Amino acid sequence: MSVPVLNVVDLKKRYAETTALGGVTFEVRPHEVVGLIGENGAGKSTLLKSLVGLVQPDSGRIELRGNAVKLRSVAHAGSAGIGMVFQEQSLIPNVTVAENILLGAEGGAVRGGIYRWRELARRAQVQLDKIGCLVDPMAITDTLSFAQRQLVEIAKVLAIEERTHAEPVVLLDEPTSVLDSDEIEILFAQIERLRTHASVVFVSHRLDEVMKVADRVYVLRNGQTVGEFVPGQTDEAELQRMMIGRDAQGSHYHEDAQVDVSAKPVRLRVSGVSLKGVCDAVSFDVRRGEVVGLAGVQGSGREELSRALFGAETLSSGHISIEGEVKRFRSPRAAIAAGFGFVPAERRREGMVATMTIAENVTLPHITTVCNGPFLDRPRERRIVNDWVQKLRVKAPSIAASIATLSGGNQQKAVLARWMVSGDLRVLILDHPTRGLDVGAKSEVYKLIRTLSATDVAIVLLADSLEETIAMSHRVIVMKDGKVSAEIPAPVSSKPSPLEILERMI
Amino acid sequence: MLGTYGPPAALLALCTAFSIASPQFRTWTNLRNVLDSASVLAVITVGLTFVLLLGAIDLSIEGVMAASGLSVALLLANNRNDVDLGFVAIIAAVALGACFGLANGLLSTRLRIPSFMTTLGVSAIGIGVATVLFGGIQPTISSPAVAEWANGQVLGLTRLTFVAAFVVVVGVLIQRYTRIGRYARVIGGAEDLAALSGVRVARYKTLAFTLAGALYGLGGVMVTIQLGSGIVAAGAGQNFTAITAAVVGGTLLSGGRGGVIQSVVGVLIVTVLANGLVLIGVSPYVQKAVQGIIVVAAVAITTWPLRERMRVVK
Repeated sequence: MSVPVLNVVDLKKRYAETTALGGVTFEVRPHEVVGLIGENGAGKSTLLKSLVGLVQPDSGRIELRGNAVKLRSVAHAGSAGIGMVFQEQSLIPNVTVAENILLGAEGGAVRGGIYRWRELARRAQVQLDKIGCLVDPMAITDTLSFAQRQLVEIAKVLAIEERTHAEPVVLLDEPTSVLDSDEIEILFAQIERLRTHASVVFVSHRLDEVMKVADRVYVLRNGQTVGEFVPGQTDEAELQRMMIGRDAQGSHYHEDAQVDVSAKPVRLRVSGVSLKGVCDAVSFDVRRGEVVGLAGVQGSGREELSRALFGAETLSSGHISIEGEVKRFRSPRAAIAAGFGFVPAERRREGMVATMTIAENVTLPHITTVCNGPFLDRPRERRIVNDWVQKLRVKAPSIAASIATLSGGNQQKAVLARWMVSGDLRVLILDHPTRGLDVGAKSEVYKLIRTLSATDVAIVLLADSLEETIAMSHRVIVMKDGKVSAEIPAPVSSKPSPLEILERMI
Repeated sequence: MLGTYGPPAALLALCTAFSIASPQFRTWTNLRNVLDSASVLAVITVGLTFVLLLGAIDLSIEGVMAASGLSVALLLANNRNDVDLGFVAIIAAVALGACFGLANGLLSTRLRIPSFMTTLGVSAIGIGVATVLFGGIQPTISSPAVAEWANGQVLGLTRLTFVAAFVVVVGVLIQRYTRIGRYARVIGGAEDLAALSGVRVARYKTLAFTLAGALYGLGGVMVTIQLGSGIVAAGAGQNFTAITAAVVGGTLLSGGRGGVIQSVVGVLIVTVLANGLVLIGVSPYVQKAVQGIIVVAAVAITTWPLRERMRVVK
């Protein structure tokens, strides 16, 4: 067997709170397409970042053609022979395709600081031709479709070949997440073409895709490589278990605490809601105490929809109603007044004001509950916040401490407490409430969601993984290309399988 | 559409409106006036454009023009000293401007201070340098040859206007064919992504600031030669006018969009407006306010498609 092009040995990376990589080992052989599969949070993105020099691993080795390398930056990784097609694209929107393909490595196309456009276009064309991409190298990048830009990204990565005089390793980070099915087919054909020029690492959380394109697949779970298999030789259910882990999910998600809501009245009704260019005529109901999971890939419109429910985006048509009363929110403020709560995905940026104390963060949206006229009633604030901090078991030295000093899980509990303070929380929208939390903290957040559900709060959940969606929800609404593609009940007794939902997502 | 064709259409509409309202406006003499009076603004706005393309801002124009203006007055034959460097004086003053620009660039990239603050500080330094050079006695250029050359007419336009036209052409070439120009656009498009591709962002930002500084220096020289003497107020009010011109022309403050040609269209809009308002009898006192309204309106129109309910604007 030939020497592997890329050999990763026992790579480890720890962040303050969590272990992102706990020992990843895999190898990529020449002209091979290797699949890396794992749930969200399995460590895929940290792994990729360390392979292109964006993250410095704490320990372990990365070997390229037998030589250990220490990658300092994306540009450095490129000159060593590893290039990445980023999930959230990395092209400069306002300049030409040719400039993007050769950016930072124009070589003879720029002499003495002077651009030779014809040469630049010619060199870019060479890269585009490798994958048979018909985009004009002189087109301005933001006039292209998403799929076209992705091809340009691939062409850009292939330009590494000329620089290193060796075939590159191309990392594809969740390349299908924003493509429609036709575009995915084209991409798969490109990957077949690509392997004549390069070795490919295809990263995805979609089993079916990985099975289709990869020669060999590694499974990542909790920051570790837990298995290696060849597609077609392993049972899919077995792989599912490998990805998700064997340990029982029920107790982790407090499934026994899932209350029966079938007899409860509808609290939130979403009727034909459209958002310009994002989603189209979405309708669903959420009963009192019901947890409705919104599932969908990136670009399915579920994120934008959840923000729209909270008044943070403008509806182009349709409306929402609460207990039969039609509401048109012009701002999150109006939504809050109607009893809505929202936990955003970006906790540090959107979920909390890092420079303020725990108490100030908790009372932020309902400051009037702790005010006498225009004046803040500090003792009352302390009393109320202390009460909630104890109820939710937020581990904090004091409620006067800065919220930034808490661990992620405790921050998230404080963020949730914010919506419970007012006492009349009716609808709670949770956008990735457990993102970036460790296992124990996740379980506590799940428990809190169950508690809220038991007090009749209608909950819309955008979970981090399918597993989480299924376990936590009473019902799963699947979205695809801005439309509801399926509505799947998920009672405790008969939870649907991830595959059932996955099928409707793509 | 609005971004590409809006400003030229606005220029055309203004010219048409003023031509109808004022018979004086639609004369050849006035057209030459407009072009002559646009020359200094055109030179500094071309410089500013490269900084705006980066997504940065430059508020040092007045200080740099003052310092360069006084230096050129003191280095040409004048009433204060016996120095007369001739053409070298002009080179030196432009080089001084470039040094101020270099300082702008180094301060904002190496110390990571927003260009808004560094350039404001550098402007104050420039005014300070100019005030020291001024020294209480206004330096007056004593050799008439310089002013005669500069204000001398060719084809009915002053030579300074041709200097400005030359700067514009060179500016377009730099923007289109050089790494400084292209990378300014790249950095303005997505600075983080440019850095990911190995572009030396700090270096090219600094170069753009330096180029801009040199052109502000040239602007200061032009004003000083027109006036025949060096004054600290050589660039007074020019910073706001240049930003107005660039933005009105379609060079966005957010960076990456627009360019030299757009900015020059903006310069013409601003100049035609000032000229036309006087000719139709609007008091010069309200002109400043009109200019202010126009810049706010232009920014509002160009950023209209980017509005979002939850977008945080600081």
